[in-house]
Amino acid sequence: MKGLERILREHAFFAGFPEDQIALVAGCARNHRFDAGQYLFREGEPANEFFLIRHGKVALDIASPGQPPIVMSTLEPGEIVGASWLVPPYRWTFDARAVELVRAIGIDAACLRGKCEADHHLGYEMMKRFAPILVKRLHATRLQVLNVYGKR
Amino acid sequence: MFTESAEMARMPPAASGDPFVPRIYCVDRIRRELSDTVTLEITPSQGPRPRYAPGQFNMLYAFGVGEVAISISGDCADDRTFVHTVRDVGAASRAITSLDVGAAIGVRGPFGTAWPVTDAEGSDIVIVAGGLGLAPLRPAIYHVLANRSRYGRIAILFGTRHPQDMLYRDELAAWRRNLDISVEVTVDHADRDWRGNVGVVPALIARASFDPHDTVALVCGPEIMMRFAVNALRDAGVAPDHIHLSMERNMKCAIGLCGHCQFGPQFVCKDGPVMRFDRIASLFAVREI
Repeated sequence: MKGLERILREHAFFAGFPEDQIALVAGCARNHRFDAGQYLFREGEPANEFFLIRHGKVALDIASPGQPPIVMSTLEPGEIVGASWLVPPYRWTFDARAVELVRAIGIDAACLRGKCEADHHLGYEMMKRFAPILVKRLHATRLQVLNVYGKR
Repeated sequence: MFTESAEMARMPPAASGDPFVPRIYCVDRIRRELSDTVTLEITPSQGPRPRYAPGQFNMLYAFGVGEVAISISGDCADDRTFVHTVRDVGAASRAITSLDVGAAIGVRGPFGTAWPVTDAEGSDIVIVAGGLGLAPLRPAIYHVLANRSRYGRIAILFGTRHPQDMLYRDELAAWRRNLDISVEVTVDHADRDWRGNVGVVPALIARASFDPHDTVALVCGPEIMMRFAVNALRDAGVAPDHIHLSMERNMKCAIGLCGHCQFGPQFVCKDGPVMRFDRIASLFAVREI
C-alpha cells in the first residue's frame, strides 16, 4: 500500500493532495499493465475504474457502424483516463486503447465514490482536480470540431 | 520586456525603389507539399535578392490575375532565393500554385515586422504552429537551429488537421532527430494507424518543458488557434510581452496606406504581421476587428 501511496503522491493529478486523503485513495488503487493494442475499457462497459497514466500513451477511440474507429484524443503520462465513473449510469462512452505499453494505476470507482460520499472533504478535493481537466478537455474538443485548419 | 527598436534596428531596410512596382522573379523550383499547397523557390531575374528577416512577407503577383500577401518560408541564410509556401484558396493563389518552373512572377517586398529571434537569445523558445502557420515560422526555426547555442530550451509544437495534411513532414522528422530540441506534433483527427498525438496544439504547451519566466513564444496559425494557444501560454506562466503572434489580414498595399488590413489603430502590413501580444491583447478579443 505504501508503494501505491508513493506512486499516487508523485502523479501530477494528485499534486498537493492532502496526505491523509492520499491514503484513502490508495485503498481503492491497484497497478495495471496494458500491452500495445489492449483496451483499458470499451464503450458501453460499466465505468468501474478510472486510470492514472504512469507510462505510455492511451488513445480514446469512437467507433461508428460501418466505419473504422476515429481517434479523438491521446493521453500521456501524468494524465487521467475516464470521467464516466463520476456520473450515473457509470458507463464508458468511448474506447480507451493502449497505443504502446501502458502502465497505470486504476482507482476502483465504487470504492472511491463510497469514500467521497462518507468524507465530503475528499469528494471536494477530487472534484477540484477533475473539474479543470474536464473543462480543458471540453474547450479542446470545441476547438477540434471547428476544423480551424480548413479553407475559410 | 523587449524594446521595439532593438529588433527593428536589425531588420533589413525596405526594398529600394517604388514599393508599388513589382520586380520580376523566375520560378526555379516547385515542391508540392499537399494537394492544394506548393512551395516555390524564386530568384530575381535581375539584380540581387533583397535581404529579409524571419517573419516578413512578400506580395506575390500572378500576372493578369492578382496579388496576394505570402510569408517568406525559406532560410534567411540563403541569399539567392525567396521561398514561399502557397495554398490554393482563391484566384491569385490558385494561379501562383499553378505556375511551372521557369515561369515569371511579380514580387513586391519584403514587408512587415519580424520574429524577435535576436532579442530572444538567452531565453527558452516555444514555437507554436498550426497548419499552414508553420510556413511563416520556418525561417525563425532555421535561425534558432543554426544558432542553437544562443538559446535555452527549444520546443517546436505543431498541430494540423490530419496526418495526411502535414506540412514539411520530412523537415519535422529531421528537426525531431536533434537531441537538444523538442518537436511535438499533434493532429485534430486520425485513424488508428496514426501512433502520434491526437488533440489540439495548445494542449501540447502544458506538456512542453520550458521556463515560463524566461521564455519567448512565437505563435502562428488560424486566429482561433492562436487565442487558445495564448491562453495556454498564459496559464503556463508566460508573460504577455513574451508572446509574439503573426497576424493575418487582407493586405493590399503592404505599406500602410490603403487600410485594408487595419487592426484597430494599427496596420498588419506595416505594424505586423508579427505583433507582441500585450500590444494587441485588447483588440484580440474584439470580434468585429
